[in-house]
Amino acid sequence: MTIEDTYPPAAQKVVRHIEFEILRYDPEQDDAPYIKSYQVPCQEEWVILDAINYIKDNLDRTLSYRWSCHMAVCGSCGMMVNGEPTLSCHAFIREMPDKIRIEPLENFPVARDLIVDMDSFVEKLTSVKPYIINAAEPRSIDEGTYTQSPSQLQDYQQYTHCINCLLCYSACPQVNLNEGFAGPAALALAHRYNMDSRDQGLSARADVVASNEGIWECSFVGACSEVCPKHVDPAAAIQQTKIAATANYFLRFLTPWKNTDKSQSKTEEGEL
Amino acid sequence: MKLANGNYIRPTARFSWWLRHQRYWRYMMRELSSLFIGIFSIMMVWGLYRLSQGEAEFTQWLHGLWNNLAGLSWLMLLFAIYHSYTWFIVTPKALPLKISGKRVADIFIVAAHLLLWLICSVVVWIAFVYGGGA
Repeated sequence: MTIEDTYPPAAQKVVRHIEFEILRYDPEQDDAPYIKSYQVPCQEEWVILDAINYIKDNLDRTLSYRWSCHMAVCGSCGMMVNGEPTLSCHAFIREMPDKIRIEPLENFPVARDLIVDMDSFVEKLTSVKPYIINAAEPRSIDEGTYTQSPSQLQDYQQYTHCINCLLCYSACPQVNLNEGFAGPAALALAHRYNMDSRDQGLSARADVVASNEGIWECSFVGACSEVCPKHVDPAAAIQQTKIAATANYFLRFLTPWKNTDKSQSKTEEGEL
Repeated sequence: MKLANGNYIRPTARFSWWLRHQRYWRYMMRELSSLFIGIFSIMMVWGLYRLSQGEAEFTQWLHGLWNNLAGLSWLMLLFAIYHSYTWFIVTPKALPLKISGKRVADIFIVAAHLLLWLICSVVVWIAFVYGGGA
């Protein structure tokens, strides 16, 4: 048995020729993007990313795009596939029509070909302080580790699955209409840390999260959750934050003698 | 639009974006339904006002409504049903429920709300038809 028996040459497994219409843009030469077509002999088990890699290897070396893991973990290869924000490594050719339009993610400036400038997202993400803020003195080794019950883990676990692929930003009409909106992924990550029993950063994040540019810009279209490849459900995170922020706001008037910062009671619950 | 740093900003559809995809269209219909809920609320207040004037005035108003605005009433009902339905199916997203430390499956929360909604609607309908109303 030769290696060819196990791995037959690519040409033998071609099942379909698909026309790829790809947005091209070279900032050094072009004044505006244009569409270029490529005929790609596709194989049965290919995903969109395989076809784009084929173009890069065999048809046009100048094509620029981001990718890394090829398994929906790194979040680099997000692009518009027939108008839908998609991880190109997560979309099988066999479910696609014979003509596929590939464009860079919407709601972001195009830097080159399929690469977008994501600086605005990185700024928004850092603005919500997506890390554990612990007001207390760090525990000594004698005091042991920070413990958490399965129930406490469940409160935030799904939001940790975010891979910053930006599909939700491309799907969100509010991101399109309001440049300043913090956006789904950033707010979902803020919620992830707010819900963590080890965290006390609720009020530190509130300036951004509970502002007009934060949760209140969201009108619950729900598109972010529909396109999310990791089932993070940012729309749910934002609605829960809205309810928590509203409750906090009114509790302040009802019980002015109390510090209604939710994190205070959370630390007590965390002692298991 | 080409920026100074070479990046290109693609033109976006600021007004027709919601026609591009079914999910945006569904959203806009949900938002539009609020308008009809609003009209219905105004009608309710108007009806209560007529009720405060006496039974004859209220009956006259009710008949006037059916004779002149029956189409609008059906439209309002249609949008009210759609509005309520979209409200209840997203409830578990906004209010996830935990019972003894375990998250309750979304389907139960939705089903409970829809069932309660149905029961309330039937009770109100029975009260209206058999309770000596118009």
